[in-house]
Amino acid sequence: MSIGSTPLKFRVTIDPERCMNCGRCVENCSYGVFRKEGDSIRINSRNCAACHRCIAFCPRDAIEIEEQPGDYRSHPVWTREVREAIFNQARTGRIILSGMGNAKPYPIIFDQLVLDACQVTNPSIDPLREPMELRTYLGKKPASLSLRPLPDGEVELRTKLTPNLQIETPIMIGHMSYGAISLNAQTALAKAVSRIGTFMGTGEGGLHESLYPYQDHMIVQVASGRFGVDINYLERGAAIEIKIGQGAKPGIGGHLPGDKVCTDISCTRMIPEGSDAISPAPHHDIYSIEDLKQLVRSLKEATEWKKPVFVKIAAVHNSAAIAAGIARSGADAVVVDGFRGGSGATPRVFRDHVGIPVEAAVASVDAKLRDQGIRNEVSIIASGGIRESADVAKIICLGADAVYIGTSALVAMGCRVCGTCYKGTCAWGIATQKPELVQRLDPETNAVQVENLIHGWTLELAELMGAAGINSIESLRGNRDRLRGYMLDEGLLEVLDVKTVGA
Amino acid sequence: MGAVHINAKDIHYTQLNEQIRTIVARGGKEIILDNILGQRFIGDGLRGDDVTITINGVPGGDLAMFMSGPTIIVHGNADHAPGNTMDKGAVIIHGSAGDAVAHSMRGGRIYVRDNIGYRGGIHMKQYKGKRPILVVGGSAQAFLGEYMAGGLLIVLGLNDAAPVSERGVGSGIHGGEIIVRGEVEERYLGTGAKQEPLTSEQRAEILPVIEDFARVFTIDKEPLLAADYSRITAAHARPFANKYTWE
Amino acid sequence: MCGIIGVIDRRRQLMDGTKIKEALASMNERGSGEGAGYVAYGIYPEYKEYYALHVFFDHIREHKVPLEDLLEKWGTIVHDEQIKTCEQPNLRKVHTPWRYFFRPDPTLMPKSTTPEEDIITHLVMKVNSERNGALIFSSGKNLGVFKAAGWPEDVANFYRIQDYKGYLWLAHNRYPTNTAGWWGGAHPFNLLDWSVVHNGEITSYGTNRRYIESFGYKCTMYTDTEVVAYLVDLLVRKHGLSEKIAVRAFAPPFWEDIDRMPAKEQELNRAIRLTYGSAMMNGPFAICIANENTLVGFTDRIKLRPLVVGESGDRLFISSEEAAIRRVDKDVGNIFMPKAGEPVIGRLYA
Repeated sequence: MSIGSTPLKFRVTIDPERCMNCGRCVENCSYGVFRKEGDSIRINSRNCAACHRCIAFCPRDAIEIEEQPGDYRSHPVWTREVREAIFNQARTGRIILSGMGNAKPYPIIFDQLVLDACQVTNPSIDPLREPMELRTYLGKKPASLSLRPLPDGEVELRTKLTPNLQIETPIMIGHMSYGAISLNAQTALAKAVSRIGTFMGTGEGGLHESLYPYQDHMIVQVASGRFGVDINYLERGAAIEIKIGQGAKPGIGGHLPGDKVCTDISCTRMIPEGSDAISPAPHHDIYSIEDLKQLVRSLKEATEWKKPVFVKIAAVHNSAAIAAGIARSGADAVVVDGFRGGSGATPRVFRDHVGIPVEAAVASVDAKLRDQGIRNEVSIIASGGIRESADVAKIICLGADAVYIGTSALVAMGCRVCGTCYKGTCAWGIATQKPELVQRLDPETNAVQVENLIHGWTLELAELMGAAGINSIESLRGNRDRLRGYMLDEGLLEVLDVKTVGA
Repeated sequence: MGAVHINAKDIHYTQLNEQIRTIVARGGKEIILDNILGQRFIGDGLRGDDVTITINGVPGGDLAMFMSGPTIIVHGNADHAPGNTMDKGAVIIHGSAGDAVAHSMRGGRIYVRDNIGYRGGIHMKQYKGKRPILVVGGSAQAFLGEYMAGGLLIVLGLNDAAPVSERGVGSGIHGGEIIVRGEVEERYLGTGAKQEPLTSEQRAEILPVIEDFARVFTIDKEPLLAADYSRITAAHARPFANKYTWE
Repeated sequence: MCGIIGVIDRRRQLMDGTKIKEALASMNERGSGEGAGYVAYGIYPEYKEYYALHVFFDHIREHKVPLEDLLEKWGTIVHDEQIKTCEQPNLRKVHTPWRYFFRPDPTLMPKSTTPEEDIITHLVMKVNSERNGALIFSSGKNLGVFKAAGWPEDVANFYRIQDYKGYLWLAHNRYPTNTAGWWGGAHPFNLLDWSVVHNGEITSYGTNRRYIESFGYKCTMYTDTEVVAYLVDLLVRKHGLSEKIAVRAFAPPFWEDIDRMPAKEQELNRAIRLTYGSAMMNGPFAICIANENTLVGFTDRIKLRPLVVGESGDRLFISSEEAAIRRVDKDVGNIFMPKAGEPVIGRLYA
């Protein structure tokens, strides 16, 4: 007891004037904050994760959650987080696991970039009246075309195009595995992408049978654990993605704790129930770039060269050179996952300290591929911390072809970014496998919400393009002239190849 | 359709696999590949439970990757990772094989008459009755059966070789079993692995596999059936459970 | 807003610059007096084997020698002279224009399949990006660009444009938005055989520039038009596409139209868009491109800028305004406005 209790993270209060004792908070809280004792509701604030499920379901707005009601003596260096991490490790001697993405207050580059609009010298284009093309093709493109003139003056195409994914909006949903999130959550996402004409990733947990109807909109992932990977799985996917790394935890593997490996997950991942699902840090058949080429080709060979193969890496210092290596491996797209990418569970020290922001990574990857004349060899998919349509527009200007969103899509299903996914008791039925919690998430309703979100962003993107006098997304891609940096330092402006505001 | 021969000299693996697929699609059951030299991915993702492919030569890496059904017999050595993520069927190698043999293998059998390289059987899996088997006649190098999640891995140490005398045996193993003739020195066991003598039930379970291996390679089975074996398994189903604390 | 005019005589009959000057000046409402220029093809028959390099020198003594040293590292200067000019009261002569007839030594670029062109391109990119008091603004054979900051008449009189006789002319009356009053920023832009005049603003410039620079071109003129010259050089000269297909890449059909095409055509057009998406030009533009035997005019995909075509015997005219064409030939016939994104091509008779 030398450390004792630490201050509450949240204090939950119920206004007795407003409370009608309906007990919805008791039913909804999956963290055990509320319990009914006779006619009153008792509160244990220490259990609260601020998931807001109780607030969302209180019919009388009687509940309030106060963050950090009692804090430590303030200190700019010895923050609350630092002190509590020390307490935790002094008690346990272990690695601290955390949820969601990077929680350090690093400056956000997106918020220091501004977009351009037309005035006089060229007209804005009105997406209501005029065509606005957001269609994007992901995959390898030829560097040039070989055409044969025909006697009638027409030409015949001699270049054979390799398979590309066609998306009607440059927004896709990233890989969140069945295991990390619930089947109902995956189903909602799958319905949404199918209706919109875009794609989602399966994550590394295999493809559950009930998602087969949406398989044409699924990108199946092959990660170091190779869970659920067989020829059937590979053939069902519209594309295949090799996961090398993840922005939330570059350089390390992951594991799904055995207590989350229920019957259904055990079946989809094809591992015994209750055993840990361990993804090693590297793929043990990839110890060098030529081995990546071998895996890319083995996947293409297995699927008779009909599927694009993507390779996902965490954004790290040397991403540009790594991506150039990937472009030469025969891969069709490189996914660059920035250090703000989410995760169900990741060591805190990795989440907060390893990797670089996606904005800088995409800028340098695009520049390197162009320098080497191999930009057409691969598409660039950006992920990790894409929060709104402006982020999408900005990252495309920096050189991305499309984005993956993850957390944003979960928020569209009710996630409050409480960051306690690793507990497995997500009250919103997202990051949990407990049947009573999973059934709270209705796939249909949530599909509509996710669809609405992507639709709304797509409309905004079209408006932003129109304002910039651009009617096709190809002309936005890599168009860094339409960005300006606001209060970014010179070094970063150079990396981003963006001028400062006013210039 | 009788046995179909393909002279694979200088044929690219994509063409070769196309030819194999075409033959299988037309009902071919027996395919003989002559003059194989370094072609990767032979039988990659191939289906066909009653199809047998005989390889004369030295195939390249990832032989039988994702394969689901056929039997591949190699008269020669195999390169890197034969049986990588293989699902069903058999690979019989009359020779040795490189590193990462049976990587993430999910089902079926791989028999290697002689030796294998590093990381053999890494991350082998198992689900219900579907249990991959890797049997090595000679010896294996370091990191054998790392991260095993399931399956059966037997190393016989024939030809007077110790089955494995290098580090990291069964590091992070959380399912399945590694059986070695004799025993592995304790210092070579990886984190989370434990070694015990076989019980008589366990012995009864593996002897038919060893017998089959001896039959396939026409080896005298008697000394193998009489030998002592040790069994290396996971000390815990959750080898890393004590490594982490929650935020 | 700018004014452009182009004319080709398909029988190679020569026209002097008098009428072109008048036509261009008739569009002064479209300009601002800060830039005008002309290019004429067929003007140096006696030196037609050599690359005619037109250079602006800032300081004739300081900057000329280093340029000549460089040229001589890559080939032979066959002849050179000051370009004849005639001082105009409304035109400040900030540069001294010079012309070189130059023969590159192909053995100096052994890796190239088109060593002469590649040497010239290299020299243009190098000199123009180093900005060492010299700017090569014209580099084709048997053609010459004449441009400066000023009104069309003043620029024409300065260069005595009426003294040049060409079978193909492009001219441009500038209203600058990106770089005011700079001689290098005036149109036409030229590289090797290609010349470009442009009305409008290319909103995809950043994308196009990044694309073209990955092939070794350097955009040095601070303006969007030069990228068009380099894109044409890349697609037509280096990749071997026809002008028609190149224009298809610059201003491609919309996906909804491609989706409705017959299978083969759809495949071709999809391939063009996938391969050359970064070469596609967006924003308002009307562009005329020329080479030694072709004049091509086209607009952006939603026709945000005007373009009028007229024909008169062997001559094909393309301009921003019909009235400008009629200044050259009042009886011009077959006046029409091409559809958005569709090229109009005039070619010399074979």
